[in-house]
Amino acid sequence: MKLTTAILICVTALVVLGIPTMAVADSDRGKQLAMQGDGSGAPCSACHGPNGEGNAAGAFPVIAGLNERYLFRTMQAYQSGTRVNPVMSMNIDNFAEQDLLDLAAYYANLPSPAPAAPSASAEQLALGEKIALQGDWDAYIPPCASCHGPNNQGVNENFPAIAGQHASYIKQQVQAWQQGQRTSDPVQLMEAIAKRLSDEQLDAVAAYLASQPAAQQ
Amino acid sequence: MHSINKLTLGFATLFATSFSVAVIGAQSSPSTEVKLPAAAAGQYQHTAPTLADIESDSDLHPELRKVILKGRDLFMNTQQLRGEYVFNDLNCKSCHMGEGRMAWSGPVWPAATTLPDFRGKNGHVNSLEERIAGCFSFSMNGKAPEYGSDTMLAISAYHQYMAKGAKMYDKNIAGRGFNHLGNKIPEATSYANGQKVYEENCSVCHGSNGAGTKVDGTVVYPPLWGDGSYNWGAGMTRVFTAASFIQNNMPLGQPGRLSDQEAWDVAYFVNAQERPQDPRYTGDAKETREKYMNFHKATLYGTEVNGAVLGQHDNTGDKPFLKPDVLKPRSFN
Repeated sequence: MKLTTAILICVTALVVLGIPTMAVADSDRGKQLAMQGDGSGAPCSACHGPNGEGNAAGAFPVIAGLNERYLFRTMQAYQSGTRVNPVMSMNIDNFAEQDLLDLAAYYANLPSPAPAAPSASAEQLALGEKIALQGDWDAYIPPCASCHGPNNQGVNENFPAIAGQHASYIKQQVQAWQQGQRTSDPVQLMEAIAKRLSDEQLDAVAAYLASQPAAQQ
Repeated sequence: MHSINKLTLGFATLFATSFSVAVIGAQSSPSTEVKLPAAAAGQYQHTAPTLADIESDSDLHPELRKVILKGRDLFMNTQQLRGEYVFNDLNCKSCHMGEGRMAWSGPVWPAATTLPDFRGKNGHVNSLEERIAGCFSFSMNGKAPEYGSDTMLAISAYHQYMAKGAKMYDKNIAGRGFNHLGNKIPEATSYANGQKVYEENCSVCHGSNGAGTKVDGTVVYPPLWGDGSYNWGAGMTRVFTAASFIQNNMPLGQPGRLSDQEAWDVAYFVNAQERPQDPRYTGDAKETREKYMNFHKATLYGTEVNGAVLGQHDNTGDKPFLKPDVLKPRSFN
C-alpha cells in the first residue's frame, strides 16, 4: 500500500513537472527579487551590478539583455547542477520556478551595456576576430558566429549572445567546458569546440568578443 | 509517512538518474574527438590555401587577388545573390564547409584539377563553370550567373586558387565529394530511427520542421527541407551523399559522432521530406525519376513514403521558374 502511494506520488510529480509552465513572467517582481535575493544569500545585484552589467574583475557576466529563456534555463542549470558555481548555486537555491521566470524577464528586458574598451593588443584582437568570424578549421574550430549568429549577438535560448560579454567570464566558462564542469549545452556543441581552443586562442577570442557590441546599435 | 517520503525520494532519484543516463546514452561517441576517415593508400591529398594565403600571396596580381577574394565572399555569403541566382536559404559553405577547403566536406579544388571531364549526372563533358552552374540549378534552387560574367569569373577563380599547387587530372582524391559510406543504403535503414536521431542531434539548430533558423533575415542554421532548402535534383538528395556528409560534418564540430547506421537513418529521414521540384521535372515525379534514374536511383524522389509520392507537386519554392536555361545537353557528334 505504501509502495503504491509512493509510486502514485512519484508519477503525479513527474506529470506535473512535465507540463510546460504557462505562468506569465512578471519583470517588476523580478526586479524586486534581484534586489533582495532568495532569502538566504546575496542579491543578484551584488555581483551582477545594479543594471545587470556584471563585473569584469570578478568574472561576473553581463546578464542584462540576454535571451530570457536562456537566462531562465541557466538559473535552472545552477539549481540542478549541470552548471556548477558555488556562489551562484548558494545564492539562488531557494528561488522557486516562478521566481526564476520573473528574474529572467527582468534581466532580459534591461538594455545591454556598451562594450568595454579593448584591453588586448591589436594583434590579439585580430586573432580573436579570426576565431570569432572565420574559425580555425584546420584545428576543426568553426567560427563562433556559425552558432552564436551574426556578430555573435545571439540566436535563441540555446545560442546566447556572447558579443559584449566580459572576457574574464568567457574565458572562465570555456575553461569550465574544457574541464567538464559545464555540461548544459545541447548536443555538447560547445564542449567539443572548447576543448580544441588553445590558451592563446581563448584569450584572444574572449578579448575580441568583449570589445564587440552585444546588440545592434 | 516517513517511509513514504524516503521511498518517494528514492524513486525520484531513480527517475532522475535514468533520465540523465538516457540523455548521455543518446550520444554515440565522445564529442570532442574529430573522427574523419583516413585517406586510402595511394589517394592524392592537397592542402588548399587559406584566406591568409590569398591575402599574402605575392604571386597574385592585385586585380586577381580582388577577384579571388570576391569569389570567396560569394562562396561564404551566397545569399547576396538571393532573388537573382539563388532562390533558397543556402550558401555554398552550407555544404562545402570550412571555406570549401576541407577534405570530407566537398572540397572545391578537385573541380579545378579534374574538369573538364565527363559527368554522369548530365551525360556530357562539363567545364568548371558548368559544374558550378549545376550547384546553382539544384543545390541553390536557382540559376547560374552567366558563363564569363564577373560573378562566375570570381567564383571560378576562387575554386581554381584553392587548387594552387595541386596535381592536375589525378582523380583518386582522398575526401572528395560525399561518398565514403558507399552508395548502397543498408537494409537496416529506418525512417523512425532517423527521426529520433534527428530530434536528438539536429533539431536544436535545424528545427523539428527542418526549416533552419534566421536572425533578422540572415540564415544562421540552413534549412534541410522545405522551400528554403536544396531542390529534388541536388546531389544532397541522394541518401548516400547526405549520409556521408552528415557523418563527417554534423553535428557541427563533431565529425564522426554519429554511427554509420545513424548517419544513414537520419539522411534517409531528411531526404524523405518534401522540397522544391527537380528542375528536370516532366510533370510526373515517377516519370522524372525513371528518366533520370542514373541519379534518382539514390534518392527517394518519385517513390511513395508515408503514403505520398515524394516530389509529385508543382512547387518550385521561391524560384519563379522551373528549369534554368543552362540545363541543356551538349554533344560533339
